[in-house]
Amino acid sequence: MTALGGLGPRDRGDVLEPPGRGRRSRRSGQGALRSTAIAFASTFVFFGVLAWVAVNSSGWPLVQQSFFNGALFAESLPDIAAAFWVNVQLFFIAEILILVLALVIAVLRSIPGPVLFPLRLLSTIYVDVFRALPGVLIIYILGFGIPGLNVEGVPTDPFFYAVIALTLIYSAYVSEVYRAGIDSVHPSQSAAARSLGLSQWQALRYVVLPQAIRRVIPPLLNDFIGLQKDTVLVSYIGVVEIFRQSQITEAAHFNYTPYLATALVFLVMTIPLARFTDWLVARDRRRAAANR
Amino acid sequence: MTSRGDAAGDAAAALRIVGLRKSFGTLEVLRGIDLRLVEHEVVCLIGASGSGKSTLLRCVNLLEPIDEGRIFVEGEEITAPGVDVDRIRRRIGIVFQSFNLFPHMSVLDNVTLAPRRVLKLSRADADAQAFELLRRIGLDDKAREFPDRLSGGQQQRVAIVRALAMHPDLLLLDEVTSALDPELVAEVLSLVRELALGGMTMLIATHEMGFARDIASRVCFLDAGRILEEGPPEQIFRAPREERTQRFLQRVMEAGRL
Repeated sequence: MTALGGLGPRDRGDVLEPPGRGRRSRRSGQGALRSTAIAFASTFVFFGVLAWVAVNSSGWPLVQQSFFNGALFAESLPDIAAAFWVNVQLFFIAEILILVLALVIAVLRSIPGPVLFPLRLLSTIYVDVFRALPGVLIIYILGFGIPGLNVEGVPTDPFFYAVIALTLIYSAYVSEVYRAGIDSVHPSQSAAARSLGLSQWQALRYVVLPQAIRRVIPPLLNDFIGLQKDTVLVSYIGVVEIFRQSQITEAAHFNYTPYLATALVFLVMTIPLARFTDWLVARDRRRAAANR
Repeated sequence: MTSRGDAAGDAAAALRIVGLRKSFGTLEVLRGIDLRLVEHEVVCLIGASGSGKSTLLRCVNLLEPIDEGRIFVEGEEITAPGVDVDRIRRRIGIVFQSFNLFPHMSVLDNVTLAPRRVLKLSRADADAQAFELLRRIGLDDKAREFPDRLSGGQQQRVAIVRALAMHPDLLLLDEVTSALDPELVAEVLSLVRELALGGMTMLIATHEMGFARDIASRVCFLDAGRILEEGPPEQIFRAPREERTQRFLQRVMEAGRL
């Protein structure tokens, strides 16, 4: 056995790093304060000038009247907020169904074995088809087509078809996200589990999936953001949700302010989720770097 | 399911491999391996990288499908068609070069996963057994830690304990010290030595020649997918008959590993 312990890279690091790191951080501490101040000042000036130019341009009163009508904004907001509740319900119900259905599809596609071939084929076709088609098309076909068959016992509620359509559209994407996660878990993990006598399903359930899902949480959240916005697409089949409501108000007043109110609602809802996702991604990257 | 054919005649053999062949594509990695281990025997496989040591171990654990030949564990043919591989693997533990602990589980859960899910032990029983095993290797205080908080040597010892928790009849060790920093090798080898003294039947692929000489009841020199020479360690290391064995040991010695 060799005994070269004292020459490891760790020892070198211990000697060299601390003084260097300390000096750098002190200097960057003062520098950071100064850059922040400059950034604040330049941002203030930049946006100030931009706003001044906009407000003083010749078309501004017209724009203000058509898009930023304060009175109409206040009047339309309660209806719009109430209609948004429909989007929220759509989002949560569809999201839960998507998370389950997509996982089932991803797992089906990951399990080898000739017996499951028909199911693998079916899920592959499903993913291919639903990723290829425009969402609006699917919403139309389901929302108008199926109730139009007038078959006894088939639901006619557009909300029902809205949920089904969004679930089918998004499960195709989300199953691919899951599958990427499953593929990213090194085969040696599965081998270790199988070598202990765990069945294929147990290895997947206890060893592969927990690691896979943890890794794909940021991309999953990204898809949630997309879904949150795409809930407005179901307005096409007669679900009175936030976009449909703002259209109704807009048509009544010939004024675009209700759309701005709707935009504001989405900004308030989506930006925090997007920021949270970014933060998760950055944290995972830091952790991966720390473990290396 | 149990087939007791000609080759299986001796149920006394803990492991018997007959005419094992395995290819990856056009590359023939194992070209007719015959090997027999009796209970409590420790056999070390030595040989250059690529000689087939790891593949042989993975075949015995049924992690690789074999092309030809038969493998018997205590008289039962495990390569027979329709055999329940999960049941077989329960009896054969394997420890890998790269530890392969489950990073999302605590040390305790790593050790108790298979006893709980496969042997259906209660959480309390599985925990008690795991703590006992971890105490024996001095890592019971790390039971709640995650693997990435442990040194490589500690991780590998946990991996060994994880295999032991299934009470295997046979333990396969696949170059278990090759991924370790030199100063961490000793703790793992001393655990393996303890297991050998305790009577564990083991098939060990290793580059640690000193260790092999020390611990093995028999040493097999693998060359290009065949067992070229086998015998007691004194004979293999002091008076190898085959020229290739001599050359291999010469190179090992020049590298200061013997």
